[in-house]
Amino acid sequence: MSDPRVAGAGVTSFGKHPERTGRDLFAEAGLEALDASGVDPDDVDALYYGNFMGELAEHQGHQGPLMAEAIGLDVPATRLEAACASAGAAIREAVKNLRNGEQDVAVVGGAERMTNIGTAAATDALAIAADDLYEIRAGMTFPGAYALMARSYFEQYGGEHEDLAHIAVKNHEHALVNEHAQIRKEITVEEAVDAPTIASPLGLYDSCPITDGAAAAVLTTAEYAEEHGLDAPVAVTGTGQGGDNLALQDRPHLAQTPAADKAADEAYADAGVGPDDVDFAEVHDCFTIAEVLAIESLGLYDRGEGIHAATNGETDRHGELPVNLSGGLKAKGHPVGATGVAQLATIAWVLDGSHPRADAVPDGTVGVAHNAGGTVASTTVHVLEVRE
Amino acid sequence: MTEKAPDGAYDAWLNAIEDGEGHYLECENDHGWLPPRRVCPVCSSRDLSEKSLPDSGEIASHTTITVPTPQFEDDAPYVTAIADFGPVSVTGLVRGVDPEDVGIGDVVGVEVGERETTGDRAVVLRPR
Ligand SMILES: [Zn+2]
Repeated sequence: MSDPRVAGAGVTSFGKHPERTGRDLFAEAGLEALDASGVDPDDVDALYYGNFMGELAEHQGHQGPLMAEAIGLDVPATRLEAACASAGAAIREAVKNLRNGEQDVAVVGGAERMTNIGTAAATDALAIAADDLYEIRAGMTFPGAYALMARSYFEQYGGEHEDLAHIAVKNHEHALVNEHAQIRKEITVEEAVDAPTIASPLGLYDSCPITDGAAAAVLTTAEYAEEHGLDAPVAVTGTGQGGDNLALQDRPHLAQTPAADKAADEAYADAGVGPDDVDFAEVHDCFTIAEVLAIESLGLYDRGEGIHAATNGETDRHGELPVNLSGGLKAKGHPVGATGVAQLATIAWVLDGSHPRADAVPDGTVGVAHNAGGTVASTTVHVLEVRE
Repeated sequence: MTEKAPDGAYDAWLNAIEDGEGHYLECENDHGWLPPRRVCPVCSSRDLSEKSLPDSGEIASHTTITVPTPQFEDDAPYVTAIADFGPVSVTGLVRGVDPEDVGIGDVVGVEVGERETTGDRAVVLRPR
């Protein structure tokens, strides 16, 4: 069975939409993806849907069938939860079932409604991706956990807050032309360094915003795409997932993300490519330090070198290896359960030339998506390639 | 408020620390974990035995949190750190030292304190 194709994708505007229900957000993205795909909705075999905090934010569990209904599908629908990697897990499930011949067409997607409950409750809801007994009860927040990783990275490898500021500046600049992005505002290194601290050493501009939004994509087998004359040149050629101890205290390193190493190794082997083949990447920069850890785990940089990538201009849109052309979670926003599929949509659009930052990699054929859950206790990596 | 049951081995562990009998679980291959555990996640050994928690450990990383969850609203700003105690590490609130003076390598002991916001028990790391 050949590799699944991305037949179409849809993403809502990311940002503050406190009055919009999760089902409304997902309906917009899902219907856009179906329309873009050219697939007859009657041909869809399954929905794989990512969501993290639905119970806390909307008092709504069992969102799989709810979301199938919202986009007019009567299909088996399953919600996958892997914290911020929920949608990455949804993609992986679809890819496996398309490859094994179980299904011909699957919708993958995700949504999160977060701003309706306010910053304090959203901080609390995000924190439950950590270990309740040993981390949350010790006052750990999501930014706090990444702050521990950042401080440990500086201690072990060097680098400073100003290097992280360059990542924020880069991703804000990338998002300027992205109509889906939550923050379309240029910032300076000085502004990022001087911003109020949220969890030392991380400041306001090291952190992604709290975001409402949804993303969806229609994946088909290559055979289905060919039979139905779909314009679907981008294939998902590699999928990988890795895990780690939930609590940071139980890991041998605070400045490395082995779950992402494992996911990357598996995805590269699956696709038959290596880090040298990668033209650009969308990585999970929920905090600026997370982008550093991600590009090192993806093998795009050696340990201790990723911190200088943005400072040296290597990962901006003019650089050798653009990272987060969408603006990343940092500027595009991070509706937790939608993020993995939004990354997939970005890569597909860059590869087919329809993304506003596609000119950064005009001859690009290989893109990688890195979607991390919690403090990287879950990670999925997907390799996308142009096949036609 | 509904009445809340204790969290088994976790609350027993806090009780033990309060009694000056802090401990951890160690597998036959010297991997250390805080309870509750039935198996070592590294080597899958189910042969775990209780060992005394060393009297002091060293801070491995720390952060001063200014944007807390609602359960820590009145505690903020506060320091959360991970401290290495030989084969096991402990996450806790750092007390008894000015946040600006906390550093990697600082020597701390473990005790049980209270959250200012809710009065719930919390693991506290205090300089030794
Ligand atoms: Zn062991």
